[in-house]
Amino acid sequence: MTTSENSVARAAPGNVQAADRGGPAQPLVIARDLKRHFPVRKGIFNRKASAVRAVDGISFTVRKSETLGIVGESGCGKSTTARLLVGLIGLDEGDLIFDGEKLGEELSLNDLWSGVQMVFQDSYASLNPRLTIEETIAFGPKMRGVAAPEARRLAHELLERVGLAPARFAGRYPHELSGGQRQRVNIARSLAMKPRLIILDEAVSALDKSVEAQVLNLLRELKAEFDLTFVFISHDLNVVRYVSDRIMVMYLGEVVEIGPVDAIWNHRAHPYTQALFAAMPSMDPDNRTQVPPLAGDPPNPIDPPSGCRFHTRCGFAEPVCGTRKPRVVAVRGDAGHEAACHMLDGQSGHSKAGETGEVRKELGEV
Amino acid sequence: MSEATKGNLLDISNLTVRFHGERTVHAINGLDLTLKPGEILTILGESGSGKSVTLKALLKLLPKKRSEISGAMHVDGVDVLALKGQALSAYRGKTVSMIFQEPALALDPVYTIGDQIAEAVMRHEKVSRKEALAVALDMLKRVRIPSAESRLKNYPHEMSGGMRQRAMIALALACKPDLLLADEPTTALDATVQIQVLLLLRELQREFGMGIIFVTHDIGVAVEISDRIAVMYAGNVVEEGTVAEIIKDPRHPYTQGLLAANLHDADRSQTLASIPGSPPPLDEKPDHCSFAPRCAHARDRCYAALPPVHRPGPGRRVACILEDASDPAEKPGAMAEIH
Ligand SMILES: Nc1ncnc2c1ncn2[C@@H]1O[C@H](COP(=O)(O)OP(=O)(O)O)[C@@H](O)[C@H]1O
Ligand SMILES: Nc1ncnc2c1ncn2[C@@H]1O[C@H](COP(=O)(O)OP(=O)(O)O)[C@@H](O)[C@H]1O
Ligand code: SF4
Ligand SMILES: [Mg+2]
Ligand SMILES: [Mg+2]
Repeated sequence: MTTSENSVARAAPGNVQAADRGGPAQPLVIARDLKRHFPVRKGIFNRKASAVRAVDGISFTVRKSETLGIVGESGCGKSTTARLLVGLIGLDEGDLIFDGEKLGEELSLNDLWSGVQMVFQDSYASLNPRLTIEETIAFGPKMRGVAAPEARRLAHELLERVGLAPARFAGRYPHELSGGQRQRVNIARSLAMKPRLIILDEAVSALDKSVEAQVLNLLRELKAEFDLTFVFISHDLNVVRYVSDRIMVMYLGEVVEIGPVDAIWNHRAHPYTQALFAAMPSMDPDNRTQVPPLAGDPPNPIDPPSGCRFHTRCGFAEPVCGTRKPRVVAVRGDAGHEAACHMLDGQSGHSKAGETGEVRKELGEV
Repeated sequence: MSEATKGNLLDISNLTVRFHGERTVHAINGLDLTLKPGEILTILGESGSGKSVTLKALLKLLPKKRSEISGAMHVDGVDVLALKGQALSAYRGKTVSMIFQEPALALDPVYTIGDQIAEAVMRHEKVSRKEALAVALDMLKRVRIPSAESRLKNYPHEMSGGMRQRAMIALALACKPDLLLADEPTTALDATVQIQVLLLLRELQREFGMGIIFVTHDIGVAVEISDRIAVMYAGNVVEEGTVAEIIKDPRHPYTQGLLAANLHDADRSQTLASIPGSPPPLDEKPDHCSFAPRCAHARDRCYAALPPVHRPGPGRRVACILEDASDPAEKPGAMAEIH
């Protein structure tokens, strides 16, 4: 690390968020039973309100300094979860606890905003087209009371750090940059707020593969250097595997499986996780995919299926799956690996149910 | 058509496409490409490499005033660049048809799926409306759309993303074209739906026997769908081979870089092998290897002239000096540790 990078760390505005309060064992985030529905009207004349159950009672933790990867098909609630974590939208129900402080009680939205940053897929839409790159990065710190020259200096240091020479890039506008360069600016801008947690919502998905690898390498360095915690959302399982310590698999607003990345990679416990992984294109020309693991598109989250929400597409579904919601059980043999499927629960009545794993109240509470 | 092009369904030789406007864009720079009947060839390349422009040129869809096209394209022996009027309309849809990433580019929102397919059939064949609707129904069944009868009466917006993609394929294949052009048709789909559509296309190719040019930036998708892969960079093919040759024995430094950056089985404890820099601006006609500024093996020769195109076997080519047999010390094996 160069001296100038050191000073980036020191130069960031002092804020209470930066302090580690609960110690290393206290999770950075505890999410309990998060719920967020969006009201919709079906048809123009139908006044009876129904709701998209975008996030429908999910629980998980994010540990300090880890990367939690979130995967699942589009519409399963990944971005809604992200926006709840950053406080961009409010919770209908549930608790968010950051380093031991509950949002809405000890922790205000303002505190939350200073500790959590988000990087989106659309690198262009997230930048103000009328601000130069330097102004964009300096904007947040200035709003927090950092003097203009100091904010400008910070912007230049961060630009340097994300690989964009300030002399060439500071005065440019977003449309003068490539997608990869804009995403570096978005990363620099989030770092300027000195966050502890950065949520990356498909942040590399729009980039070409060669550029994606560059940005992933950058994120990896920054994470170590600034002791960051990441929540990393992507539809690309290869990318999620590379960056994550743990993976959470979502389906129709619920968490179906969560665990350490290697545990899940070696032992996919939930049939949906199995299907999702099997749907990845094969890289072996002699062993191409012969049968699609799933038929049809994911069902509509407005009226999710009863019981196990996956039962309408699951090859192992039995009557119990359509009637009763599966409990969350620990997957045998894997510490911290849990899934919600009747086949893993010895008391469920499913004919394939093995010995029962230990029943957990909430996913992620390990 | 020359002797050498006989037996090919598609023959592109020395295709050059330049756009004029505020600035000149050298989008395609001397492209050669052939396809045999019934073959699936994937053009693999990153954004801006010229994949879509190649397909649009084949359908004569490029803006007339602003684009300058030279070279030759033959499909079924027909000179594409010379086509106009009636012959061009017959060619589009009947000889060659296209599917897109966005079904909205092919499907009209104000007509039902059944009407659109029937309309396309009646444009190219002398059949009654009733017969054309029967073809439409048959096509929806062949693309495995459930409850095909009732789906005929659906408007595009009434279908899910995967079903719309199938409907677009049904429309494209309704007149049994000899060549199907597929421009990233699965890129916007979820992985679970994407693999369904890829396997469907493979099956339909066997059923209908058409040749397919499939365009993607995703190597995994290319492996699943194609017989051969042509890797495109800055408006030209830098390497071509069977899927196995490209995946197991990539020769061009760009292909090697793309494979390393794919992250398949990447070691999590290691930094990724990424290709530095970004693709070149296309404001000048390339007079040397376009990849040289990003290439770990580049030397003076690479900047002095266009790279030689080596053709070590039928259907195999590599445009790189590292393939020069005259200089065995420069074989890629000697440099392997870099990748
Ligand atoms: N502001 C909103 N209003 C109505 N519906 C929404 C809104 N945001 C998201 N949704 C719906 O909630 C569901 C989950 O969306 P999202 O969290 O964006 O999923 P993902 O990021 O996994 O693709 C989807 O059905 C989506 O259409
Ligand atoms: N109508 C057009 N006018 C000017 N430039 C164009 C036009 N269409 C494509 N281009 C340029 O040609 C190059 C190749 O584009 P394209 O074939 O669309 O790339 P891709 O490989 O991503 O499909 C790009 O630089 C693009 O900006
Ligand atoms: S021709 Fe030269 S610069 Fe181009 S890829 Fe080959 S070695 Fe690299
Ligand atoms: Mg999303
Ligand atoms: Mg394109």
